[in-house]
Amino acid sequence: MNDMTPTREQREAALEGMGCKRKRVEDVRFTQGKGQYVDDLKLPGMVFGDFVRSPYPHAKITRIDASEALKLPGVIAVLTAEDLKGVNLAWMPTLAGDVQMVLADGKVLYQNQEVAFVVAEDRYIADDAIQLVEVDYEELPVLTDPFKSMDSDAPVLRPDLEGKMEGAHGPRKHHNHIFNWEVGDKDETAKAFAEADVTINEMISYHRTHPSPLETCQCVASMDKVKGELTVWGTFQAPHVIRTVASLLSTIPEHKIHVIAPDIGGGFGNKVGAYPGYICSIVASIVTGVPVKWVEDRMENLSTTSFARDYHMTTEIAAKSDGTVTGLKVHVLADHGGFDACADPSKWPAGFFNIVTGSYDFPTAHLEVDGVYTNKAPGGVAYRCSFRVTEAAYCIERGMDILAQKLEMDPADLRIKNFIKPEQFPYQSALGWEYDSGDYHTAMQKAMDTIGYRELRVEQKAKQEAFKRGETREIMGIGVSFFTEIVGAGPSKNCDILGVAMFDSAEIRVHPTGSVISRMGTKSQGQGHETTWAQIIATEIGIPAADIMVEEGNTDTAPYGLGTYGSRSTPVAGAAIALAARKIRNKAQMIAAHMLEVSEYDLEWDVDGFQVKGNPEARKSMKEIAWAAYHAPPPNMEPGLEAVSYYDPPNMTYPFGAYFCVMDIDVDTGVATTRRFYALDDCGTRINPMIIEGQVHGGLTEAFAIAMGQEIRYDETGNVLGASFMDFFIPTAVETPHWETDHTVTPSPHHPIGAKGVGESPNVGGVPAFSNAVNDAFQFLGNTHIQMPHDAWRNWQAAKNLGAHS
Amino acid sequence: MSDIEQIPVTLTVNGKKVQRFVEPRTLLIHFLREELNITGPHIGCETSHCGACTVEMNGMSVKSCTVFAAQANGAEMTTIEGMANPDGTLSALQEGFRQMHGLQCGFCTPGMITRAHTLLKENPNPSEEEIRMGIAGNLCRCTGYQNIVKAIQYAAEQLNQPETQEAAE
Repeated sequence: MNDMTPTREQREAALEGMGCKRKRVEDVRFTQGKGQYVDDLKLPGMVFGDFVRSPYPHAKITRIDASEALKLPGVIAVLTAEDLKGVNLAWMPTLAGDVQMVLADGKVLYQNQEVAFVVAEDRYIADDAIQLVEVDYEELPVLTDPFKSMDSDAPVLRPDLEGKMEGAHGPRKHHNHIFNWEVGDKDETAKAFAEADVTINEMISYHRTHPSPLETCQCVASMDKVKGELTVWGTFQAPHVIRTVASLLSTIPEHKIHVIAPDIGGGFGNKVGAYPGYICSIVASIVTGVPVKWVEDRMENLSTTSFARDYHMTTEIAAKSDGTVTGLKVHVLADHGGFDACADPSKWPAGFFNIVTGSYDFPTAHLEVDGVYTNKAPGGVAYRCSFRVTEAAYCIERGMDILAQKLEMDPADLRIKNFIKPEQFPYQSALGWEYDSGDYHTAMQKAMDTIGYRELRVEQKAKQEAFKRGETREIMGIGVSFFTEIVGAGPSKNCDILGVAMFDSAEIRVHPTGSVISRMGTKSQGQGHETTWAQIIATEIGIPAADIMVEEGNTDTAPYGLGTYGSRSTPVAGAAIALAARKIRNKAQMIAAHMLEVSEYDLEWDVDGFQVKGNPEARKSMKEIAWAAYHAPPPNMEPGLEAVSYYDPPNMTYPFGAYFCVMDIDVDTGVATTRRFYALDDCGTRINPMIIEGQVHGGLTEAFAIAMGQEIRYDETGNVLGASFMDFFIPTAVETPHWETDHTVTPSPHHPIGAKGVGESPNVGGVPAFSNAVNDAFQFLGNTHIQMPHDAWRNWQAAKNLGAHS
Repeated sequence: MSDIEQIPVTLTVNGKKVQRFVEPRTLLIHFLREELNITGPHIGCETSHCGACTVEMNGMSVKSCTVFAAQANGAEMTTIEGMANPDGTLSALQEGFRQMHGLQCGFCTPGMITRAHTLLKENPNPSEEEIRMGIAGNLCRCTGYQNIVKAIQYAAEQLNQPETQEAAE
């Protein structure tokens, strides 16, 4: 070797593979304003669609008259449910097995529901025309309180379901009942409660909120009538599923539908489902023969396309007097709005809420979820979490704090006492999951040591005494959260969406000169797949990440995949990428053996090529092998170097973490200040630490927003409050706390590279940490549980109710 | 097209003079995006809360969703498309956002960088608190702002180095 030969370390560094804080390739275009988002698309002859929406939350529609609107120059068409009936699209199936009106069919069920679709030459004319469409409404009694939805005199919201006492998930017990979902052992759990030394029972609500990515939902539909082909560009987290659904609904053959998701300005679950805007744009393009663009405004986004949460969780824990938990019983009342458009794998009406036993070794548990209709917007999407996992984590993490209070135990000590132990993995949970791996004790200890937990408790005690003596009006809370997530949906044995199994895929093509194009079934909305997927490939096949192009979102070129949500990209597609890369490496090994005239078994892999065992001078780099693969393959071997892999995961992955929040609250103003927030995440093998940290920062900021003020509220007459950025809390740089991040690494034993997924952990773990901090601050004044969101007004009220103002 | 009478607008965008006829009600953001094909500035709310549409107009940060195109008559305007160095390389701010991982989905980024560009002209040495206050009109849903603050600090440092100043002179 001469001095110019790069060392092994240099060759490794040149790959920028797994574990490297590689700078993002996406940023070059995004920092120059050269991203290509849906609304940037401009096609010849393109027109605009916009909705006439209902001002009433529950009303009969007696007349729609579009004649004045159609007289306005520039107006092309006004579609109503009657028009959609002609193509059998007045209603569409939802992911949850319900049906949903595309345009109001005789009645409306929530404020701002889509009533008619105006198509015009530009946005301004479409808006003018909306004002000219006359709609007569006959108001009906409004139901907004889910706890009253199954009263005997509750109004009938869904006359279309009249007499149908069997829903998509079993029997319905009331005209506003959607499903009852029961898991666990009812009798064993009852026994645990009968024998318990201590029990708690608290109704813990997780309020309605919204993912609100900065880019709203939008699409452009273009029907080429000559070719009979439909192209839809849209904000789709799952483009292939949209193509399949569009084909099934429209009867256009799937190969003649081209779905393209360009750059997406954030998703957070908002862009998984199919919305009336997409259907109407497609129909309008079929009717008019020109491309139709639909772009939601912010108010439409917040008030119609997919809320999140709205779970009311009656939580009971049974325990021994030493703190050992012996049973968990949860009943959830799930408010689904006017239609059940919840975005869960089809067999899971309440998602994976049965992860509610959390990080603790509950010997038995019982869970029941009842879904109900109300006069609110449909949805129930996983806002930066796996399906209903953040609700479950909030439920158990609040519950454990309340139990600690009752036992007069420290909440961190109570958690440690009940943790699933490292030797118990793989762990069978009482509600049916097999946790893949975990080391909760190590993570918790590291977190407590780093934040100085015991010292903080001493300080808190001193502050409480000072408060009681009247020396301060500030109280201090320490929020503890130790969450276990369940992500990576999922194994085909129990996960599908409308019958499509939830595998994912990757295709990798090595070009003759040793550069690569690769395509996946996932779709980044900011996660940085173009950067990280290339890192996995780089490590697996020894080609520098800089020479690997990653492409997603075009259903014509990408292999079929189920998309990006529920932290499933790394657990599912990440595995497919590694396995496709290994197929390439296996073929490369045979080619290298031929080139070096040795047996393939005499070769070993070394960073970026194969070398002869015991003779590292005899080696072929992947670049050399790629050229040979096309131009001089071994006899009887097909030329080329590419592979496709479809991955059906054997299990979910179970990321976990320990989060601590230290908060000070002024009891006279209710203003809460986050002094410190420490997040330790264990997501298994780490692909790009820079991107992981960025995701944690973002998710924590969302958690902060949700816990401290972000809410979609309705008044008792069904008006949606908070449907603009004036009222809906999105933290600015000023309110957002400083984030401290940390990690441990416990690889997933069943994943090819041991990775678990991280994007949603901070939202899942962050919300209970904030809420526990607020509740903990008020605890010494006699508080047990204050409902979220903990804005200044509610904190002030809490202080007042607890006698802190007297 | 509607029957509304159009009025002439002349302005300079990213150093280029443009002349168009617009409806009086046309918003600046729609004018930029649809008339001029300047699609870097984005629409996130149309109520001037999110700042995705931020441009620099006559030396000030302006949310172009709440300005009429007609109000920009005679203006000097810079958008994200005019931020790169004259030789096409990334500016200190653009480079800072990349180096410090100050963006994820990229949707707020053009407005954020354009705002930061004006902020650093107003205050070349901002403290962290001044940066946070200075970008409070720009919402980001992905990053939690921490790395955006670092990105702006990175740019401020670069721009305040003596050699950079000399080069600029």
